[in-house]
Amino acid sequence: MTQYIIRRLLQAIIVVLGVTVAAFSINFLAGDPTYVLIGNMRGMTQEDIQEFRHRMGFDRPVIVQYLDWLGKAVRGDFGTSMKFKQNNWQVIAERFPATLQLAVSAMLLGLIVSIPLGVVAAVNRGSFWDRASMVLALIGQSTPSFWMGLMLMLLFAVTLGWLPVSGRYEGVRSMILPVMTLSFYDIARNTRVIRGSMLEVLGEDYIRTARGKGAKPRTVLIVHALRNALLPMVTLIGMDLGSLLGGAIVVETIFAWPGMGLLTVNAINGKDLTLLQACVTLFALIFVFANLLVDFAYTWLDPRVRLK
Amino acid sequence: MALSGAQRRRARLLSDLKNSPTAIFGIAVIILVALAAILAPVLTPYDPVSTDLLTRLKPPVPLKGSDPAHLLGTDALGRDILTRLVYGARVSLLVGIVSVMISGAIGVSLGLMTGYFGGWFDDIVMRLADIQLAFPFILLMMAVMAVIGPGLRNLIMVLGVTGWVTYARLARGQVLSLREKEFIEAARSIGAGHMRIIFRHILPNALGPIIVIASFAVASTIISEATLSFLGLGVKPTTPTWGMMLSEGREYVRQAWWLTTLPGLCIAITVLGINLLGDWLRDVLDPRTLLEKK
Repeated sequence: MTQYIIRRLLQAIIVVLGVTVAAFSINFLAGDPTYVLIGNMRGMTQEDIQEFRHRMGFDRPVIVQYLDWLGKAVRGDFGTSMKFKQNNWQVIAERFPATLQLAVSAMLLGLIVSIPLGVVAAVNRGSFWDRASMVLALIGQSTPSFWMGLMLMLLFAVTLGWLPVSGRYEGVRSMILPVMTLSFYDIARNTRVIRGSMLEVLGEDYIRTARGKGAKPRTVLIVHALRNALLPMVTLIGMDLGSLLGGAIVVETIFAWPGMGLLTVNAINGKDLTLLQACVTLFALIFVFANLLVDFAYTWLDPRVRLK
Repeated sequence: MALSGAQRRRARLLSDLKNSPTAIFGIAVIILVALAAILAPVLTPYDPVSTDLLTRLKPPVPLKGSDPAHLLGTDALGRDILTRLVYGARVSLLVGIVSVMISGAIGVSLGLMTGYFGGWFDDIVMRLADIQLAFPFILLMMAVMAVIGPGLRNLIMVLGVTGWVTYARLARGQVLSLREKEFIEAARSIGAGHMRIIFRHILPNALGPIIVIASFAVASTIISEATLSFLGLGVKPTTPTWGMMLSEGREYVRQAWWLTTLPGLCIAITVLGINLLGDWLRDVLDPRTLLEKK
């Protein structure tokens, strides 16, 4: 067990180092970052360009630049944003709570909806409810989330006028559409997974034993079946986090939600390379950390894994 | 002998297909979209990029103010929506299929090699896979597209190169389970080389699940393309694609609902069709579901 945790931690560290290399090399994907940053070079002499390159430190060997960047990043210094003229860390810290609020609410909504749907579908296999929820899940998985967002906006904000079109000014009311949009895909996927996992568990011997000893159907369902069927959910929550973070980028753009996703898109469009590096690194760090937690939770929850 | 085996398999596939209305629906959708893409210039007299400011923002036909010459209406620059939709189908299918072929080729070769040879090569490739999985997928593609710039070729390359991980892991797993089987040992004992064993003996037996994953990947790649184009990081603005149409229509969501509704419907129906086909393929090709049926 301890050995497993140590091995998994070492793996995570290697992955994080790889992630920093990838984030750092964003600078160099288009060749010399000097030209990317300057953009319009009209009126600049060769000396000006050299001077800029030197000031940014781009004339040093790449490995030195990387180590310098990494050293500062470890201490929380991701450089200064070109657009905000502020420490990147500060820029991100201001927007992170908005993204967290969105992602956590969407995850909760996803679980609240998909667990009952999946269970009902599995218990009444082949029934109308089973088919209906599977069709819904399939449609959910086939619909791009940004389009779903636009359609919800068109219906509830533009046509009916019940909810605000965008922004984060009206408390819960402004959260409804973005959270619905963000959780849509997860609901679809999780419902399918829970149904599958529940069907598998319901066929196990211990369920037959529980039924045989005369346990009430509801007890069998909740105490014996659901508890075991929810185990794969732990992995799903880890996966959810990835799709939620990725989805946040799109959803925040549609609803002008002032979080990290919108910030990343703006950093991309404004060629704010240091900010983009910081955003990419942090997104990946959160993701790695969450998956690490999920793995540990899994070993803790499932005795079969724990005892190995 | 081999032929009769193949024939038997084909007969089984066909009888399976007859019993699956959803799969038939999926295939019908795919054929329709493919036909629209191929026949685009025949289906419509208009050019997808030429503008006509006199017929701006016309609604689809049964609605008030519509123009019978433009069945599904026009956009803010007077371009015919139907025309752009059928030309958009070309881009979506092209991007989806070519990218999946690229990532499948990269991923499957890497997976077969790492699974077969193991050792340090296996370690390195699998750690690379972990690193890539540590990024939210869309963020990775956005960052790369932002730096190398929009365009069809760049988009296909990025989607193709970033999609390899699933195939690599799957193919590797398949090899690990097949490597010790008797027929591989038999091939080895009659002197077959590594490459022959990998590509002639292991690959054909590992192909089923790979095809299943690839079919779902075409669907998700079409969504990724649309998402990137929607964010302005996909194709160049002049290329007619469903994602680009949505992105342009977004500004007119108040006046012209059809600009965002129709391209989205096209994406959703196409992706649904491919997913239904994928579901069916999984049922018939994946040995695990076959075992369950027995």
